[in-house]
Amino acid sequence: MSDTFTLTIDGKEIQAKPGQTILQAAEDAGVYIPRLCAMKDLVPHGSCRVCTVMVNGRPQAACTQPAAAGMIVESETESVQAVRRDIVDMLFVEGNHFCMFCEKSGNCELQGMAYRFGITAPRFPFLFPDRDVDASHPDIFIDRNRCILCGRCVRASRDLDGKHVFEFVGRGHEKCVAVNAEARLADTDIDGNDKALDVCPVGALLRKRVGFSTPVGKRLYDHKPIGSDIEHAGQE
Amino acid sequence: MANENLKRVIIEPVTRVEGHGKVSILLDEDNQVKQARLHIVEFRGFERFIQGRPFWEVPVLVQRLCGICPVSHHLAAAKAMDGIVGGENLTPTAEKMRRLMHYGQTFQSHALHFFHLASPDLLFGFGAPVEKRHVFAVAAEYPDLAVQGVMMRKFGQEIIKATAGKKIHGTGAIPGGINKNLSIAERDEFLKDIDQMMDWCRGALKIAMDYTVENLEFAAPFGSFDSNHLSIVREDGCMDLYHGNIRAITKDGDKIFDQVDPQDYNKVLAEEVRPWSYMKFPFIKEIGPENGWYRVGPLARINTCDFIDTPEAEEARKAFMAVTEGKPNNITLAYHWTRMIELLHSGEKIKELLHDPDLQGEDLVVKGDRRGEYAAIIEAPRGTLFHHYKVDENDQVTMANLIVSTTSNNVPMNKAVEKIAQDHISGAPEITDGLLNHIEVGIRAYDPCLSCATHALGKMPLEVELVDCEGTTMDRKTT
Repeated sequence: MSDTFTLTIDGKEIQAKPGQTILQAAEDAGVYIPRLCAMKDLVPHGSCRVCTVMVNGRPQAACTQPAAAGMIVESETESVQAVRRDIVDMLFVEGNHFCMFCEKSGNCELQGMAYRFGITAPRFPFLFPDRDVDASHPDIFIDRNRCILCGRCVRASRDLDGKHVFEFVGRGHEKCVAVNAEARLADTDIDGNDKALDVCPVGALLRKRVGFSTPVGKRLYDHKPIGSDIEHAGQE
Repeated sequence: MANENLKRVIIEPVTRVEGHGKVSILLDEDNQVKQARLHIVEFRGFERFIQGRPFWEVPVLVQRLCGICPVSHHLAAAKAMDGIVGGENLTPTAEKMRRLMHYGQTFQSHALHFFHLASPDLLFGFGAPVEKRHVFAVAAEYPDLAVQGVMMRKFGQEIIKATAGKKIHGTGAIPGGINKNLSIAERDEFLKDIDQMMDWCRGALKIAMDYTVENLEFAAPFGSFDSNHLSIVREDGCMDLYHGNIRAITKDGDKIFDQVDPQDYNKVLAEEVRPWSYMKFPFIKEIGPENGWYRVGPLARINTCDFIDTPEAEEARKAFMAVTEGKPNNITLAYHWTRMIELLHSGEKIKELLHDPDLQGEDLVVKGDRRGEYAAIIEAPRGTLFHHYKVDENDQVTMANLIVSTTSNNVPMNKAVEKIAQDHISGAPEITDGLLNHIEVGIRAYDPCLSCATHALGKMPLEVELVDCEGTTMDRKTT
């Protein structure tokens, strides 16, 4: 059995290894598929659907769909991009995302995605949900207004830190990330060095008192759009 | 006051000011002014919705209450948060970067007001036809001045960008310091232009001074009245726009209080709420709400300080004080002159700072013992700005009190409106555009920022309505 097999993304033939998802194979080939819940070192979750691609004519989440030989994948087509834009648009109005005073601004994957898609203002009505913050922990701050339910913190705490600090509770629009305690983050075994603190794509789970210490101009997406690192690697 | 038999004139919106306000004038049957008020009709509410937010977010969040001088709010909040983290004794690099940001802000704001907002009145006259009362007419007839205004504002905005990261709503000042220094390349760009800027500052000062001196007979009484004045000053009495203690003086220059620590501001000042305006009315406690009001801003600052520590601005201050023989100047239109003295001062300070190697330092942040409460004061372009916060053990803001510059000038602007209405509208058979503009000129002298002062957004429509004592609309004008 060969080590690799071939599939096609937007007409370009790429090589994939057995066990890889479409997203992983694409990334290795320098093709960026937008994503918010997927992250290296975390098991695929398939929850945000921003990585939606058309596989042999059917929509699939590239982060969970295993790559297979001969697959015809459409990613950068107008219709697929429109679906992704709508998803990102909806994420913005579903929560309370005020980029103008969010300390994650410039380093935020949701904001970066919006800029990549050319979204400058939301097209859907804001829901302005009533969400809470948890500042009980001396070193960590949760602002659920900004949570997009990607589940990265849930997976990282469980799989990388060996803890179960976070878990989803509730259903539908009431779904949220809860902590493994009666009420407060301070009563969990989370630690300031936990890897779970490094995975939040937005400004929902933060180390306290870091704030705006990185000046404008030196933030992650100040000069290059999100995904350009993957695309750049593919050009080398 | 029973209003049934009075005619009501409404000016809404007041134009060429920042924010949204209206003027109402009540006339009796003989067209004599019985009451004139400036109403601030927008509401912002930052003091409330900032509660629960983490303290390090405040300097960036709270500056969103203004798009003209956000730097002032950014810095006032940052100064307050310095106190919260015990980092009020900043490193030289941090303090000088913040000062550079602040002088850049004052420079661009004063240039904006003088060249874009006030200049049509001063160049074409208060009663000039409406076609001429805007910056485009200035650009057509005085193109050099218009270009200077644009370029000076740009210079100030670029300084803000270099220090805060963005021209509007930057992130530079953080609790206990600053998040960047000034690179040599950035500094050299400013050094290329600073001498030209200084020349234009001198020219603008001359225009403002000559206007006041040459028209003194008209300007002296125009919307003028005796008042107390308040600002922060340095410990030696020097003007300091970034940091100092509070001083208040009477109309004659006698000190009401002096060197009051910012932490004690609420021991000497209080605020009153009145039902007809969203803006509060601050007053000096010792004198009481009736007569304890005071003026802030460039006129007040020049009146309260003993001297200015930059040579050209100090010379200009002396020339200004000579007009009133060293006593406080209570002429409303003199705000323009004093604003240009401060423009020159800001230019001198910027030049001084650009030559200071501390701006290239690497030591940017200090921290010390935490506090649960801190108040900070800064001299914003429009006057003394107070930010006072309480922060709990979880780092969340539990209380915010903001006394914004224009709030302090609330009563004075109302006094100016009333005086101009009395002097120019009482007995007038018809409301003309020019007449209405007289009232706006009085308000504009203060360079008010009405949106900042109430914690809203919106264009300013201006509508004046003349209603007779039967309630019939006799005349109505909208701009």
